[in-house]
Amino acid sequence: MTNSWTDIKNTDLVIIMGGNAAEAHPCGFKWVTEAKANRGARLIVVDPRFTRSASVADVYAPIRQGTDIAFLLGVINHCINNDKVQWDYVKAFTNASFIVRDGFGYKDGLFTGYDEAKRDYDKTSWDYVIAPDAFAAVDETLTNPRCVWNLLKEHVSVYTPEMVERICGTPKDTFLKVTEMIAECSSPTKVMTSMYALGWTQHSKGSQNIRAMAMLQLILGNIGMRGGGMNALRGHSNIQGLTDVGLMSNLIPGYLTIPKDQEVDLETYMSTRGFKPLRPNQTSYWQNYRKFFVSFQKAMWGSAATPENDFAYDWLPKLDVSGYDVLRIFELMHEGKVNGYMCQGFNPLLAAPNRKKLTDALSKLKFLVTMDPLDTETARFWENHGEFNDVDPSQIQTEVIQLPSTCFAEDEGSLTNSGRWLQWHWAGGTPPGEAKNDNWIMAQIHVRLKELYRKEGGAFPDPIVNLDWAYADAGAPTAEELAKEVNGKALATVYDAADPTKVVAEAGKLLPSFAALRDDGSTTSGCWIYSGCFNENGNNMARRDTTDPDETGAYPKWAFSWPLNRRILYNRASADLNGKPWDPDRKLIEWDGTKWTGYDVPDIAPTAKPGEVGPFIMNPEGVSRLFTRGMMRDGPFPAHYEPFESPLSNLVAPNVRGNPAARVFEGDFKQFAEPASEEFPYAATSYRLTEHFHYWTKHCRTNAVLQPEFFVEISEQLASEKGIAAGGWVRVWSKRGEVRAKAVVTKRIKPLICDGKPVHVVGIPLHWGFTGVAKKGFGPNSLTPYVGDANIETPEYKAFLVNIEPVAGPAA
Amino acid sequence: MFPPVPNPTTGPQTSKFGEKDLIRRSASTITPPAERQTEVAKLIDVSKCIGCKACQAACIEWNDTHPELESNTGIYENPHDLTPDMFTLMRFTEWENPETNNLEWLIRKDGCMHCEDPGCLKACPAPGAIVQYSNGIVDFVHENCIGCGYCIKGCPFNIPRISKVDHTAYKCTLCSDRIAVGQGPACAKACPTQAIVYGTKDEMKKHAEGRIADLKSRGFEKAGLYDPPGVGGTHVMYVLHHADQPEIYAGLPNNPRISPVVEAWKGVTKYAGLAVMGVAAVTGFLHYMVNGPNRVSEEDEEAAERLTGDRSS
Amino acid sequence: MSTDTEYDVEKGDQVHPGKPVTVDRYTGAARINHWITATSLVLLALSGLSMFHPRLFFLSALFGGGQWTRFIHPWIGVVLFFSFLGLFLRFWRANLWRREDGAWLARARDVVTAHDERLPEVGRYNAGQKLVFWSMSILIIVLITTGIIIWDQYFAAYTTIEQKRWALLVHSIAAILAISVWIVHVYAAIWVKGTIRGMVRGSVTGGWAWRYHRKWLRELVARPPAGPTEDQKKTAAE
Repeated sequence: MTNSWTDIKNTDLVIIMGGNAAEAHPCGFKWVTEAKANRGARLIVVDPRFTRSASVADVYAPIRQGTDIAFLLGVINHCINNDKVQWDYVKAFTNASFIVRDGFGYKDGLFTGYDEAKRDYDKTSWDYVIAPDAFAAVDETLTNPRCVWNLLKEHVSVYTPEMVERICGTPKDTFLKVTEMIAECSSPTKVMTSMYALGWTQHSKGSQNIRAMAMLQLILGNIGMRGGGMNALRGHSNIQGLTDVGLMSNLIPGYLTIPKDQEVDLETYMSTRGFKPLRPNQTSYWQNYRKFFVSFQKAMWGSAATPENDFAYDWLPKLDVSGYDVLRIFELMHEGKVNGYMCQGFNPLLAAPNRKKLTDALSKLKFLVTMDPLDTETARFWENHGEFNDVDPSQIQTEVIQLPSTCFAEDEGSLTNSGRWLQWHWAGGTPPGEAKNDNWIMAQIHVRLKELYRKEGGAFPDPIVNLDWAYADAGAPTAEELAKEVNGKALATVYDAADPTKVVAEAGKLLPSFAALRDDGSTTSGCWIYSGCFNENGNNMARRDTTDPDETGAYPKWAFSWPLNRRILYNRASADLNGKPWDPDRKLIEWDGTKWTGYDVPDIAPTAKPGEVGPFIMNPEGVSRLFTRGMMRDGPFPAHYEPFESPLSNLVAPNVRGNPAARVFEGDFKQFAEPASEEFPYAATSYRLTEHFHYWTKHCRTNAVLQPEFFVEISEQLASEKGIAAGGWVRVWSKRGEVRAKAVVTKRIKPLICDGKPVHVVGIPLHWGFTGVAKKGFGPNSLTPYVGDANIETPEYKAFLVNIEPVAGPAA
Repeated sequence: MFPPVPNPTTGPQTSKFGEKDLIRRSASTITPPAERQTEVAKLIDVSKCIGCKACQAACIEWNDTHPELESNTGIYENPHDLTPDMFTLMRFTEWENPETNNLEWLIRKDGCMHCEDPGCLKACPAPGAIVQYSNGIVDFVHENCIGCGYCIKGCPFNIPRISKVDHTAYKCTLCSDRIAVGQGPACAKACPTQAIVYGTKDEMKKHAEGRIADLKSRGFEKAGLYDPPGVGGTHVMYVLHHADQPEIYAGLPNNPRISPVVEAWKGVTKYAGLAVMGVAAVTGFLHYMVNGPNRVSEEDEEAAERLTGDRSS
Repeated sequence: MSTDTEYDVEKGDQVHPGKPVTVDRYTGAARINHWITATSLVLLALSGLSMFHPRLFFLSALFGGGQWTRFIHPWIGVVLFFSFLGLFLRFWRANLWRREDGAWLARARDVVTAHDERLPEVGRYNAGQKLVFWSMSILIIVLITTGIIIWDQYFAAYTTIEQKRWALLVHSIAAILAISVWIVHVYAAIWVKGTIRGMVRGSVTGGWAWRYHRKWLRELVARPPAGPTEDQKKTAAE
């Protein structure tokens, strides 16, 4: 989230698209109801299904899954054509005026530089014209046909309301109604918030779905505003924390990247991470990258990381591919190239796509270790559960070790919510049986491994034997110790860079914030963006002060919000070029002539003059990007691509199948249904229900009672075509597997008319498996295709093809 | 945000109401207290409800009930009905508004309405099995319940359920045990959107006014408060977008009242019945007093002897 | 002897000449049947009344409290139903309406003032008894039917609440009527001396039979002493 949950109460218009906040985030949704009840805010829900969110919406617009980009570019097209643009914002705070290289173009669904064999682009042309002064060339009049604005205008022109209706199945009048409501928010005093979740990420173009809305929000001037922003509703209580601390296969904590094979030493690594400003006077905060990186290395290896050994750069793993994401790991496992798998707090047998492939892959392991509070399906993948897990245990040699761990309520630590708040929590219960917390388990493994490496040596013992392990009890680091390590400390006294007489942090003390980080090895920080969470003021994450001056929704003394306790990112953009708030009623910060003051921690240097320094300090341009240069694999603008399995071929680019830059492993292409397949005619999607959380709560009786059994949802029309009775059994199958489920026949799903033809939607919720107390069932991953988003490999769970028929129930 | 009921202190507390605050007691005549406590109420704003069932979960947890794990029968209601172990239930209705052609998914939290004139209490034959406190809460006292199910017939909302385990009637208590120590109902506490709020009845009515104004601004011209006068008003009220047709909300009764059949049974029949039986008995008694016994006379015996003698001769 | 009165004689009815004459009126089985019915009816009335009017709730103590009362009442109802069914099958023919019953009833004033001599001769049962019999029969059918509808423990699922409400009302009214009829029945038995012995010892005096059921007595006397066999009945009928 750029903003916070509590800030949603400040909005005028909520658009829930690519998510179902009421259902999947009921507690956060309270802020939507607050905005509605107290500000008269309106709510728009765009979804293939009439969801629980839609049940309280002012307008519901149906949309075919996987066509969000067409819809959003249609809205942008409308805004541009109807002058519904926050012009001052767009001109000053976006790269609309930047001139793009002549070589760049887009034709028939492809950007320039496409290599079909590699399914990848040569992105050289996707960049600005760099003027002789080494800065990007701009045309502030927006008249240059090669400026970003004019390229964008051209790019979105195909997405007329008629085209949107043909692609998305959204009736034109509904689309226009939604569009007009959104366009209203181009006024500086009207703000829209976008709430999305896995309904956008779980597509082969998930990142571009989000970009499309981010661009719209920039055009409307809603980024950095109270009640505005791009608000990703994270799917777990701590999934934000997971990404922040770098549990992505290509990241180390704080969104630093794991080096590549070719980056043989620190200098090579740093050479592409200089982030020189692209416009005069710009902050380009990533220029501090080296400080963050070195401090991280110091946190890892302590005194063993020295300037002489490049701060132990060699001990970091290096990537030979873009990343070892879950799809790649299971592909390798499937190929028999993985021996052991440590599965910590993860249930891939139900969470990764193409269940059959997963079972085959796990069966090829020598050992599997699970660490989980629950008896997961993954831990039991070898056990026969009739049709629900039809395996032959005698044919599976994998040794499975289950390590019972504690659940969050039995443990102390912090959770980072979607709004980037690090909230400390305390143990509310005692772990059952032999369950141990994850810190203990990991430490015990580490201590033993370290001992083995010390005794026996091995191929490369250095990273392990040198790992800094200065905990009071080496076998059980406490949450507090880890939090302090994450925050970072001064190894030597740190002085103010501008005023060397001023001490920023005494040697041995916790750092006040990441501003104190140094690249000479005198500071440590396990995750630079979290720095400040636990400093000499104490554990800021444990703060529970509900004061909220002028009820802005910031609650600045509640917990700690990264970075620097900032509640709204890009909050500098809430004020105009003179530093005055666009909307006086929505003041966040303002320029008082010498510095920035206000309700939030300014997202800019406190003395950076408003006319000079742009608000998007993390970008070398100082402005936001409507055109992303080469930052994304599949294009600098979003473009409509059909899902890999789609009931329609691409209407704007008929020869392009799926996202042309998405990675597809060789065997998997054969397992995709053809576009407009007759064998698999129905458009399926998967989702959560409010009664459950993922595959966890089926272990809890109360939740199981509230939604006991696996089902699929279909329209009354499809039910009558197929002779399916409400509450009857159906078989649903894709090219990869099949499930049996109860049928919920509902008016909430209606056939969508796309390009003149009806598209039937089959909804498949995801909460059942073969362990736990709820009735045994299947997950949608028995059906879903093995392909992910082109940029971050989130599997395409939201759009795939199936067939359905009524069947007899299971023999009692 | 409607100010939530603050968290309670953990120390021991005395109950805010009890026996002395009863205004009605089933099958008993009592003298109501001179002064009534402030009437409380729970307001369920159907237009804010997202059907998350947190209220059901909270209800199960607080009351420590153990509803059965059922099957999916093609609907979202789980359990499929109120049960002795499920005092509240989200009922889902897919309604196509004929005026707008829009689908509306109406989700209503069903449960005891805590009527000012409770039909269950009226029907109950067991002294003290159903009580009404002066704050409006209607509560079942299980040790006095005989399990006859008359409350079910008395209730205009089809709420009470008889347990097959202990054969007593169960329903929402409005968390009388929580309210007695200054807390709000568990469901209201768990509700993420404040679709359920709790306070005095006056506060709730006032809060509802604001909600109704908001709904009217969104085109729900018939939005209104459901506080049916037929049962003297209720201590659980709804804000409805279509207050003119409550029946679309999974059969919420339009103008509910205690069934005239029940009224007849518990009213005129009760008194007339005793009278009829009494009259019969008294008539017999008086008849006997006046006429004395009807005896067989000697002549009758002799006549019989003559008759039988005839035959035997 | 005319065939149209033959129904009036029950199996076991027998005249024993002597001083006084005695007449067997009820067999042992019939008496047991009657007393089971009577006991059930009394228990039902007591338990039912305890659930009918708060003032009478104390009666539930006789059954071990409210829960037991609620539990036992319908089961006694079942006993009553089958027991009464036995009585019904025994006595229904003797209770068929006869010509003289109308005349008897028309002289109700003489009935209540004990001027039995002014009444027409009646058979085994007089019109009053027949009314008791038939009204009880009807009421018990109504009671068992409505009773099952409101027997929630087993039958809650089969009817709507509205049907149950009606059933409760009808059950209550039927019970009141049944109790009232019962009061009449019991009072008549007490008032007409010599009646109770018929149901206790099985026999009545000849005088009693002469006074109240002369037609019946005449029929009995007219029969062969050993009582008619099936063959004889047949012959007689011819």
